[in-house]
Amino acid sequence: MNKLISPANTEVLFMGNEAIARGALEAGVNVAAGYPGTPSSEIIESLAAVAKERNLYVEWSTNEKVSLEVAAAASFAGLRTMCVMKQNGVNVASDFLLHLTASGTRGGMVLVTCEDPGALSSVNEGESRYFARMMEIPLLEPSNFQEAKDLTKWAFELSEEIRNVVVIRSVTRMSHASGNVICGKLPVKSRRAKFEYDGSIMDPDRGPVISTPVVAKHYLQQEKLKKAAAFFEKSPFNSYSGPKKPELLLITSSACFLYSQEAIDMLNLQKRVGILKLACTWPLPPKLLKKYLSLTKKILIVEEVLPFLEENVKTLAVGMLKELGVKTFYGKMDGTLPTAGELNPDHVAGALSKIFKVKVPSLPPGYLREIKKIVPMIPMREQTFCPGCPHRASYWSIHNAIKLDGREGIVCGDIGCYVLAALYPSCGFNTVKTLHSMGSGIGVANGFAKLGQFGFDKPVMAVCGDSTFYHAAIPALIKAQHNRSDIIFIAMDNSGTAMTGFQPHPGLTVGATGEDFVPIDIAKVCESIGARVAISDPFDLDKTTKILTDYLETPPSLKVLVLKQKCALSPEKKGKKQFLMKVDEDLCRGDNCGCDRLCTRIFRCPALIWDRTNKKAVIDDVMCAGCGVCYSICPQNAITRTEAKQK
Amino acid sequence: MKTRLSKDPINVIITGVGGQGNVLASRVLAGMLVNAGYYVTIGETFGMSQRGGSVMSHLRISEKSIMSPQIPLGRADIIIALEPVEALRVLTKYGNPDVAVLANSRVVHPMGVITGELNYPSAEEMQNALKRVSAKSWLIDATGEAVKLGNPVLSNLAMIGALSAANLLPIDRRAFEKEISQKMTAEKRRINLLAFDAGAKMI
Repeated sequence: MNKLISPANTEVLFMGNEAIARGALEAGVNVAAGYPGTPSSEIIESLAAVAKERNLYVEWSTNEKVSLEVAAAASFAGLRTMCVMKQNGVNVASDFLLHLTASGTRGGMVLVTCEDPGALSSVNEGESRYFARMMEIPLLEPSNFQEAKDLTKWAFELSEEIRNVVVIRSVTRMSHASGNVICGKLPVKSRRAKFEYDGSIMDPDRGPVISTPVVAKHYLQQEKLKKAAAFFEKSPFNSYSGPKKPELLLITSSACFLYSQEAIDMLNLQKRVGILKLACTWPLPPKLLKKYLSLTKKILIVEEVLPFLEENVKTLAVGMLKELGVKTFYGKMDGTLPTAGELNPDHVAGALSKIFKVKVPSLPPGYLREIKKIVPMIPMREQTFCPGCPHRASYWSIHNAIKLDGREGIVCGDIGCYVLAALYPSCGFNTVKTLHSMGSGIGVANGFAKLGQFGFDKPVMAVCGDSTFYHAAIPALIKAQHNRSDIIFIAMDNSGTAMTGFQPHPGLTVGATGEDFVPIDIAKVCESIGARVAISDPFDLDKTTKILTDYLETPPSLKVLVLKQKCALSPEKKGKKQFLMKVDEDLCRGDNCGCDRLCTRIFRCPALIWDRTNKKAVIDDVMCAGCGVCYSICPQNAITRTEAKQK
Repeated sequence: MKTRLSKDPINVIITGVGGQGNVLASRVLAGMLVNAGYYVTIGETFGMSQRGGSVMSHLRISEKSIMSPQIPLGRADIIIALEPVEALRVLTKYGNPDVAVLANSRVVHPMGVITGELNYPSAEEMQNALKRVSAKSWLIDATGEAVKLGNPVLSNLAMIGALSAANLLPIDRRAFEKEISQKMTAEKRRINLLAFDAGAKMI
């Protein structure tokens, strides 16, 4: 049995994301939609795995906005519905969200955003807590795994009480961390969809679902928020632990609660510090805050990443100045805690040690000296493309075509594993020069392509992954064709949303729950707008480079190259080698070859290493994925490949 | 039956290079301990962070409660490394005089070493360094055993076998068998048990 549908009262080890999925199941969720993004993806994946047993509709949507729209329709029809994304996804969905929160919802609707303080797997550490404030909807933040489940279940009930979207915000250290969870009951019955629309425009249950009349509905929305605050005053998810008269009140939420508890223990401050753990972080419940703010004069606020809670607590405290008196606040604004990056128990211990002027226990000096001695012997380990990664081969050809052309062409990129080409010298051969949001490679390329009148004369290319193509590249691509822009657009199609774990996208024949879908072909979409299109296998370096070289020589127009090769980690490929690779020791001239170690110094595959004793290249069989690409790069033809027997 | 922990919490770090099966090792170990009645908190990262970079899972084992998913600096009790230089890297941040280290000796060259810009320490240097900054250490060829069984990635479960034989945690072969029986097919179970046993023999 899938552990997600474990019987009530069983204790299970759940990842935070699984706990959120379980909470949704216990709430009787009917529909779930999302777009993959670390650290959020496992929520939809977990629900998809039990969709049949639980009679759910689960969808990986084209992008976050589409997923929010899909989820909203279910709410309008009275169903319970959830929409899941990572932090930057909320930006994508925000236009619809603004209107949705104004029209209101019917069946319980929860928007889950899993954020990435410290950008452990992101190219931003954006925050969407501010969206909750801006869109005037309630925000909940679980601070442990049990709470992630229980709070999610309650979020659906709250949403139905106030008839609006409720946001749950998780972070990497909650979503991707795991802990014990005791399961609750799963409902037996599934709801039926019923959409009513014949009532008056102001009827929340039977009228059409629209955001007008704007001002009247805006007041209504603000009433809903006040109602949520009233629920928050009594919510058991907000709790205080510590002495009756603490010297310092620590206000926190999310994973920071666990860091704070640990830090207090590390410094033995249990009798001096009280913790107010808030799960309901917008709107803040004023009476609850007043009660605990009045316990002491010193307040420390611990949160990630921006001082959102700090701003809101301070605003409340100003309003209560007469009753509460003047407080000293510590947090991000005064520099007690860092304003960027993720926190950990040591950061919080550092903050407490400053405030209380106590020392953080340290290791014996002799031990620290030994540690200091070993630090220099540890080589740094950069991230790189995996052995057998199609992106290495693609960038090799792009780089060579740019060099052959000689006009210093630039590549604009966006989000996917292929961003590594912009982040590290270890991959991508220094080709990618801009990196922003999903689909922005082609968008930014559109702009560069129009700078000719100001003297910009470099060839312009854009790269984009397959899932990203559908997500956000199409509007900019259409404009490029419409503008007759001179751009080479390269779609790196590795057959799935590879970076986040091979979730299906509209280019594939399957959906989230394995259904038979119509695949939308990238090349055909590009042809249909009139672009010139070629298709190549990136592992065929000669053919790929030739196409790009030809493209660089053709008159200004939009040219598309679709590079098709499955990700080396894809379930179909993983552990299976197409080729057995070998370096012929007699042919490899090592340091004496004029190539200056092209294979290991420039090509940079983790499986093609340098034998320092023999001073020659050698294949690491354990690491090698058998893609065969390095066979084509050695000027001495010293790298050999033989077709591997397929198991 | 639940054994009293030698300390509470016990902090374990499993480290390695992306793709070595770090996450599976941490899940299996945590599953065994949850089955035995302990609170286990795992903190880890995956996604882009795994692509060829250093990876780490933090496990906190307690009889009382779940804990912070990040272990404070200098407070690891056990370090399990699927790659030897990663053991040293983790020790520089989380080591202390009482830490026990179990490291796989199979080297995965960082890109800077492949390109010739950086040096990789010799086995002897690593062995000596491990001794200097830990209370107990083992350097074993888990990948060698895994390759003998037909798949180098089995080294992760061989390391769990070694951990069990090293008697650092209340886990044994039966607990391993029970945990994988819930999650794997008969054929996978067989090969994983072989890997576990091969690891245990190396201690």
